[in-house]
Amino acid sequence: MDFYFFNLMPYGALDLEYDKKYASANLLLPNSYYDPEEGHKLYTRYMDELEYADELGFDGVCVNEHHQTAYGLMPTPGVIAGALARNTRQAKVCVLGRALPMVNNPLMIAEEFSMLDNITKGRFVAGFVRGLGVEYHAMGINPAFSLERFHEAHDLVVRAWTEVGPFAFEGKHYHLQYVNLWPRPYSRPHPEVWIPSQGSEETIRWAAHPDRKYTYLNVYSPFSAVEQFMGMYRRVCEEDYGYEAEDRQLGLAVPIYVGETDEIAAKEAKPHIEAFFNKFLRIPNELLLPPGYTSISSLKAIALAKREMLGGGKTMDRMNDLGMFICGSADTVRSRLEEFQDRIGLGRMCTILQFGTLPHELTRKNMELFAAEVMPRFRGRLRRPRSEAAE
Amino acid sequence: MTGIRTETLNVSGVALTVRRAGEGETLLLLHGANGNASWLPMVESLSANYDVILPDHPGFGDTDAPGWMDSISDMAYFYLDVIEALGLEDFHLAGHSMGGWIAAEIAVRDRHRIKSLTLVSSAGIWVNGTPMGDLFAWSPQETVRRVFARQPLIDEMLAYEPSEEEIGVMLKNRQMAARLCWSPRLHNPDLRKWLHRLKLPTLIIWGDSDGIFPEPYAHAYHELIPGSELEIYEDCGHVPMAEARDAFLSRLVTFTGGAA
Repeated sequence: MDFYFFNLMPYGALDLEYDKKYASANLLLPNSYYDPEEGHKLYTRYMDELEYADELGFDGVCVNEHHQTAYGLMPTPGVIAGALARNTRQAKVCVLGRALPMVNNPLMIAEEFSMLDNITKGRFVAGFVRGLGVEYHAMGINPAFSLERFHEAHDLVVRAWTEVGPFAFEGKHYHLQYVNLWPRPYSRPHPEVWIPSQGSEETIRWAAHPDRKYTYLNVYSPFSAVEQFMGMYRRVCEEDYGYEAEDRQLGLAVPIYVGETDEIAAKEAKPHIEAFFNKFLRIPNELLLPPGYTSISSLKAIALAKREMLGGGKTMDRMNDLGMFICGSADTVRSRLEEFQDRIGLGRMCTILQFGTLPHELTRKNMELFAAEVMPRFRGRLRRPRSEAAE
Repeated sequence: MTGIRTETLNVSGVALTVRRAGEGETLLLLHGANGNASWLPMVESLSANYDVILPDHPGFGDTDAPGWMDSISDMAYFYLDVIEALGLEDFHLAGHSMGGWIAAEIAVRDRHRIKSLTLVSSAGIWVNGTPMGDLFAWSPQETVRRVFARQPLIDEMLAYEPSEEEIGVMLKNRQMAARLCWSPRLHNPDLRKWLHRLKLPTLIIWGDSDGIFPEPYAHAYHELIPGSELEIYEDCGHVPMAEARDAFLSRLVTFTGGAA
């Protein structure tokens, strides 16, 4: 199993009492809550942490894109990725991902990613996402065309990466007379692609297709749901596409906190992980699931599943039980990750070792303990499938 | 309801569900983003004077959308096909909210068969400095509070528990409304350039407490459509059919009768 360090770059200085006046840290929270002095300190600190992950031996460092929110301060993740490209040595630089439907010319993303791939000499992972539902409000993009735009933009980017130009791209949402990418990507045929998602059958089928074999990275789901999605991925590969999925095609992003003991870990993590789930990730359903973003049938299903996640009032213990947070001594964390690996054949673990208001010193300690006492156990460790009966 | 027939019209590859009642001159009613519920309680009363036709737009209620239905412009051209298929000549056209926008787009394209036009709390234009309410960001409860003005009605609507089937229709309507109206939000920036072409009897109906399109939208439409009549009801929200029913009904009948 490979390990990646994901920094979401939340506005950690957020006044957590904001929710007495505002329903969400997304979209509607006035930016008067943002203090640029604090912001500068946070950017500096978060980039130090990403660079430190490279020193500690993580296989990759990950950033992502969010708009008009205290939840994540990277509307343009390429800025951070560009700095990391120069300040890291061995870790892959992963942008997980850019929201394709948000842009009116996806060629800009093909270009940006290709630059990063060249600068890092192929030490780059490209992530493609549709963006959170709330971002269709934030960016004024029609959610009813989200899926059409995602697929069309993806096809444009991959063709721009792989075909000799100039050629014309004739789409419904994107129509370009000249596609002729300078620079071409360093990687052949193109940079590795990951698809972060919250689990829809359409996305899983699409990512698993033999033409793509993209890494499906599950984000923020209870472990029972993750197990179901990963099982679906493997089943689709085997039954519909006639190949066996490699472990590298399955990834999971999850917040983790390692302490000296279970008690210390719980005590240190509790206020920060609860702020993460209850304050930073607080999004009313109307904003999270705009009409057209999902099919009508899955709208009902997702609304039910996410009530667990974004409704507020989440305790650390509950998140821990659901497998949406992993917390404890190195032993405890190791054994839970072993269970994840054995049960779903997970190949890639994106650790979120900074979350919510977790301060720098605790983040560093968490990273160090994880790198020294958890990661080594999994180097070369293979999946040991557990039967239902053995549970 | 008695006397209301449900029919299916096959036009341009769409199986269009329409409610139809009464005899006389045709009155084509176009519903808003929330579906036919705003007009439906008026159909029986109006059927005393008119051949009333109330379609479920493609993608709303009992009508499914074809894959090509991407915009209000598509919708307007589709209804020109419907009007032709029904052989309508000299008919009255009335639209509420998004349906008012569709009606205005139809009439801008071809007004010659339209005897009168009634725009009720109508989408379609933007008034600088007066933002619309963001109905796509509101919870169901907030929507009720913004759409209606009178407390007893608000309380009644808040207490109403929709059935699973009704929830399904609401989600379908909302989805199609987003597809057609999300961006530019509930308007066509070009429409105001061409509203001067509406040289036909036009009535503009509004509520003074409309939480989606505030009253300045009524005045803007009135100024942009030469010779139009304007009627604003007090203590009335976005749905005059619910909050100014009798006054609206008699005004509509008088206006369309006078347009003969």
